[in-house]
Amino acid sequence: MAKAIREVYGTVLAELGEKNSDIVVLDADLSGSTKSAIFGKAHPERFFNMGIAEANMVATASGLATTGKIPFVNTFTAFLSTLGLLAIRAQICYGNLNVKLGGAYCGTSAAFDGSSHHATEDIAIMRSLPNMTVLAPSDAESTRWVTQFAVEHQGPVYLRLSRDVYPDLYAPGTKFECGRGAIVREGSDVTVIACGLLVHKAIEAAEILAERGISVRVVDMYSIKPIDSELILKCAQETGAIVCAEEHNIYGGLGGAVSEVLAWGGASAVTEFVGIQDTFTESGPYSQLLKKYGLDAQGVIAGIEKVLARKK
Amino acid sequence: MSLTPERAAELRELCRKFRIDVLKAIHGIQSGHPGGSLSVCEILTLLYQERMNIDGKNPDDPDRDRLVLCKGHAAPMLYKNLIEKGFLPADSMDTLRRIDSLLQGHPSIHTPGVEMSTGPLGIGLSAAQGMAMGLKLSGSSARVYAILGDGELNEGTAWEAVMSAPKFKLSNLTAVVDYNRVQLDGTTDEIMPLGDLPAKWAAFNWNVIECDGHSLEELSEAFDAAEAYKEGPSVIIAHTVKGRGVSFMEGKAAWHGKAIPDEDLAAALKELEV
Repeated sequence: MAKAIREVYGTVLAELGEKNSDIVVLDADLSGSTKSAIFGKAHPERFFNMGIAEANMVATASGLATTGKIPFVNTFTAFLSTLGLLAIRAQICYGNLNVKLGGAYCGTSAAFDGSSHHATEDIAIMRSLPNMTVLAPSDAESTRWVTQFAVEHQGPVYLRLSRDVYPDLYAPGTKFECGRGAIVREGSDVTVIACGLLVHKAIEAAEILAERGISVRVVDMYSIKPIDSELILKCAQETGAIVCAEEHNIYGGLGGAVSEVLAWGGASAVTEFVGIQDTFTESGPYSQLLKKYGLDAQGVIAGIEKVLARKK
Repeated sequence: MSLTPERAAELRELCRKFRIDVLKAIHGIQSGHPGGSLSVCEILTLLYQERMNIDGKNPDDPDRDRLVLCKGHAAPMLYKNLIEKGFLPADSMDTLRRIDSLLQGHPSIHTPGVEMSTGPLGIGLSAAQGMAMGLKLSGSSARVYAILGDGELNEGTAWEAVMSAPKFKLSNLTAVVDYNRVQLDGTTDEIMPLGDLPAKWAAFNWNVIECDGHSLEELSEAFDAAEAYKEGPSVIIAHTVKGRGVSFMEGKAAWHGKAIPDEDLAAALKELEV
C-alpha cells in the first residue's frame, strides 16, 4: 500500500481534533492543497483561513498558543520557512510557544510549480532554531505518529510533509520516538541515513546493490532534531561508511546534522552526501526532477559507490 | 469607566515619575530608546494602572486582559508599569539591558507580565489578534490591547493583520497607534508617508477613534468607546509627541534610540522634577 502524505496528515489532524478541543488549525489559502481543509470541514469553528498572508498567520498562531490553544499552521513550506520565519524565530521558538508548523510540499514535491515552490533549505532553517523539534515522516504510519506527537509535545514542532505518495514502511502500531531513528534495512558495508522520500530510494538502491554483493544498511532518520547520535555513531563504527540522503540542499540539512554528530563523536567513517548540490531546481514531472537532481535510487547508488571507493 | 479628576491627577503624577525613572534607567546603561518610551507613557499607564484586569500575583489567570507592546523598543515604559503592578521587583529597573537581567532590551515573554516577545516590528498585532481569537473561542471576556508605533506601519505584515482582524469580528481587540510622527531616521513624512491613517484603518473596517494620546481623560473616553463597539476591532489613533515631557527631546528623531549624556539627563530631570 502507498498513501499520499498530505492526505494522511489532514485526516489524522481532523481525528485528533475530535479528541482534543484545544487544537486549532490555520491555513493561508492552500487548505485544499495542504489538506488542512479536512480538519476545516470537521471542525469549522476551529479552522481559520488567514488568506495569502503567511507572516500574519504564523504570528497569529503565536498569540493563539498563549491562550492554551494548540495551533497547527499550514502552508507550502517554501513560504512557511521564509515568510513565516520572523515569527517562528522571534515569537514561537524564542518563547518556546506551543505552535505546530505543517510544512507542506517539502523538497521538490511541488514538482511542476518549479523552484519557487520547492523547499530545499527548510531543514537547515528550522533545525538552527533553539527549542524547535524537526520531524520528517517517511510513510503513512510515521505521518500519523508525528502529527500525534506534535499534539502531545509541549513546544514548537516542524513537520516536513510531502505532497507525494510514499509506500508503506511501518506496520500499524509501530512505536516511534522523538530523538530516535530506525534501521529499516540491515547491512554491513555502508549505512545510508535518509529521511522522507529518500528512505524509499535508499531501500531501492540497497536492493539493487545486494545483487552486486554490497550490503547496505538503511536508517530512517525521521527525527532530525533532536537526532539519534547513538545510532549514527553505532552505524559509523559498524559499517565504516555513511551516506546521507535527503530531498534538500546538501548543506545544513540532515547531512549537516549527521556530520555534526560524526565530528563530535570522533567517528572515522567516510561520509558522502546525496541531495541537491547547492543549486536551485526547476519545473518538471516529479520523477524526472528526482532523476535530474540525483534524488532517485541511482543517485543514492552513486553516493554509495563514491563512499565505498573512499573506504577502501 | 469614567476617570475622576482625583484619579487622573494620581495617574498624571505616576506618569511624571515613570518618565524620570525610564530616563534614569536608559541613561544608566547608556543604551535604549527614550523618545518612544516617553510618547507612549500615558497610553501604557492608563491601561496598566487603571483599565486592565490584571494581577501581578496571579500572572497566569486565563481571563486576564492582555497587552502586546508591538513597538517593543518602548520596553522601559512597559517595565515601569509592570513593576508598579507587582509583576517585577522594584529594583529590577537597575538591571535594564544588563547581563543576566529579567529586563531585556526588547520585551521577552520570559519576563513576568510580558505577554508576547516583541522587537521585530510588524508582527505584534498578529499575535494580539491570535490572543483575541483564542479568548473568544474559549468564551472569555478578557480584552487584548496592541500598542503599535507609527513607523511600524511601514511593515507590510502589520497591514495583513489590519486586514484580517475585522474578518474574525474581534471586538475584544483594541489597537492603539502611538502616532508621534517621528521614526528613527526622521519624520514619518520624510521616511515613509502614512497618508490618511484614520481613513486607511477605516477602509479595512476598523472602528477608528482619534484622541490626544497624552490626555488621560481623552484616552479613557477612547477606550470606553472601543469597548462599547461590538461589531469588530477598534483602533485608537493616539496623537502623541515623541520625547514628550522633555523639551529638547520633543519631536526629535535624534532621540529615538540615543544614549543620554549626563548633562542631558540633568537637564531632563530638571524639567520633570519641578
